[in-house]
Amino acid sequence: MIFLDTLRMALGEFTTNKLRTALTMLGIVIGVCAVIALMAAGQGASAGVTAQVRGLGSNLLFITPASTSNASSGGVRDIRRLTLTTADEAAINDPSQAPYVQAAVAQFGGDTGSTTGNTLTEQFIGNGQNTTASLAATEPAYQQIRNVTMAAGNFISQDDMTRKTLSAVIGAQVAQDLYGTPAQAVGQQISMSFGPRFTLNLTVIGVMQRSGGPNDTTVIMPLTAFEARVPFGRSPTGQHNVQAIIVKVKNGYNLNTAKAQLTTLLDQTHTTQDFQISSQNDLLATSQKVARTLTILLGAIAGISLVVGGIGIMNIMLVSVTERTREIGIRKAIGASRDNILLQFVCEAVIVTLAGGIVGVVLGVGAAILANGQTFGTGTTVTTQVSSTSVVAAFAVSVIIGLFFGIYPAWRASHLDPIEALRTE
Amino acid sequence: MDTTLTMPEPKQVARGATMIELRGILKVYRAGDVPVVALDHIDLDIARGEMLSIIGASGSGKSTLMNILGCLDKPTRGTYTLEGRNVNALSDRQLARLRGRRIGFVFQSFNLLSRMTALEQVELPLIYLGVRNRRRLAMRALASVGLADRWHHKPTQLSGGQQQRVAIARALVTNPAIIMADEPTGALDTKTTKAVMETLVRLNAERGITVILVTHELDVAAYTRRVITLRDGNIISDAAPGRTNVVAFPSAETRREPAPEAAGADA
Repeated sequence: MIFLDTLRMALGEFTTNKLRTALTMLGIVIGVCAVIALMAAGQGASAGVTAQVRGLGSNLLFITPASTSNASSGGVRDIRRLTLTTADEAAINDPSQAPYVQAAVAQFGGDTGSTTGNTLTEQFIGNGQNTTASLAATEPAYQQIRNVTMAAGNFISQDDMTRKTLSAVIGAQVAQDLYGTPAQAVGQQISMSFGPRFTLNLTVIGVMQRSGGPNDTTVIMPLTAFEARVPFGRSPTGQHNVQAIIVKVKNGYNLNTAKAQLTTLLDQTHTTQDFQISSQNDLLATSQKVARTLTILLGAIAGISLVVGGIGIMNIMLVSVTERTREIGIRKAIGASRDNILLQFVCEAVIVTLAGGIVGVVLGVGAAILANGQTFGTGTTVTTQVSSTSVVAAFAVSVIIGLFFGIYPAWRASHLDPIEALRTE
Repeated sequence: MDTTLTMPEPKQVARGATMIELRGILKVYRAGDVPVVALDHIDLDIARGEMLSIIGASGSGKSTLMNILGCLDKPTRGTYTLEGRNVNALSDRQLARLRGRRIGFVFQSFNLLSRMTALEQVELPLIYLGVRNRRRLAMRALASVGLADRWHHKPTQLSGGQQQRVAIARALVTNPAIIMADEPTGALDTKTTKAVMETLVRLNAERGITVILVTHELDVAAYTRRVITLRDGNIISDAAPGRTNVVAFPSAETRREPAPEAAGADA
């Protein structure tokens, strides 16, 4: 039988059962739409993380407590897990011990390049407004290492360190949320709380230029002041613990060599290897792995809805075969073979999923485009990135689902006994 | 010429070569655990161009015989040779093609597809055969049953007689060698019955199509020269009604009484 005639008959079938066809199709539409939109969200997140890591600065090495000892998960709140000290930082900054280091800075909170470290993300209050930002206690060299330029005021100075001033350098977004313009922010008070019992009141001394990176939502304060005010910042041995040490290696020096040499250097004072050193590329690899896992997870959840849609198709097809038993008998009597009947029902299933796939792709891409750049009231901007792969894959999967879930009902139809079928009322 | 009840006339003189040859056809159904013999070793020859009736009470096996003749069913045992081909040995695809090309069916309940127009119904067998010029052939078949002006009507818009004529057109359109008509007038009134039967007689006379009619109505069987009577899965007479009406046809009481062991096998 001519294939086109089968298609025409299948289409005729749908026009007589419009509502049923539409509802069946809806299952596939939702599935395909969800796959595309969620994959786009996952891929957008992945691209965002990559851009963030790239924006950290160049030639950087991040020294953090070893993740194998689960050291970083407790973050700043559990000093027993903080294995790095200001003594380590001093050693790294000593040109006679580490001539390849341009600068090193110790840090609590903020963006330490770690995916698990505590970024001390809290609510900040100033000028009667509040906003979410990350507190980073660090040193003046931070400005050089992270290429910070100022929009207003100054960065924290060595003097601030010595006097342990309660001063703050705030990100452009923080300034905008609380005070309006960078110039208006300088000299204002900003406060934050760690839980109900401990509050920090800081004076804004500078606003960083907008960079599009994590610094836009960071509040920087002198490390010494943080250590003096925050009780959990001191170790039992009397040394000052730090959450991370960020090292900028001199230009032209091989990062991997520097990494090995820093490991040797730190091994002299650490009895066990309770720290890890990662380069930007390592971070990139880790964060991309996380993002990829996220994407796969989202895709899998959406995929489940696609399978549910497929089961809906199978259900309707089985009902349809039962309803049309007599029709199948007639068709067989006038010369339809099993193959003809099989083809007819498979065609019907595939057409429904194909149409559902097309509508789903359109809606999914549309949803992804609409969601792009929205915050949905969470303070985090959602970025979406529709990939042609996910569109093609979702589309192909919907057709395969039509085939898979359509073949059994079609097989049942094709194997009906024509006499039994003709006898059915 | 005399025929007797116990000794049916051996074989009709064929108007053409033998087309259908049944030898020792046995059909056994399973009704639960009980085997039911629907056809009990039937031998039957039908010649090309014949027109005959198969009559018998409900449960006599006439529908089973028709299903086997129409290649919709296969016998439990025995051989069926149609135009020299052993039907038992054909695959599903070959059987479907054989039904499509050589056999046209006409049913009591018309068996039209409710969503299609008359023209589409008649085109359908041609689609399965992969024939071109379908529209023209289908229109010609509709015209031959006098329904050319109703081609765009759906079954609900047609009377019973018109629906049956559409079904006849559908059976005719492939230019079949045989038309199998299963109680074609069972749902029609006397006047329409006459029109439908005359159409079948005309097709037999003008085109030489072999017409096999299954019926329980004597006046319908009277349109055919040869009448085969079945009872309990056996041929009890094979004769022309004009000569054998009284002896060959079972009495009314016998006809009303279904054979208990075959009940349900021939619904």
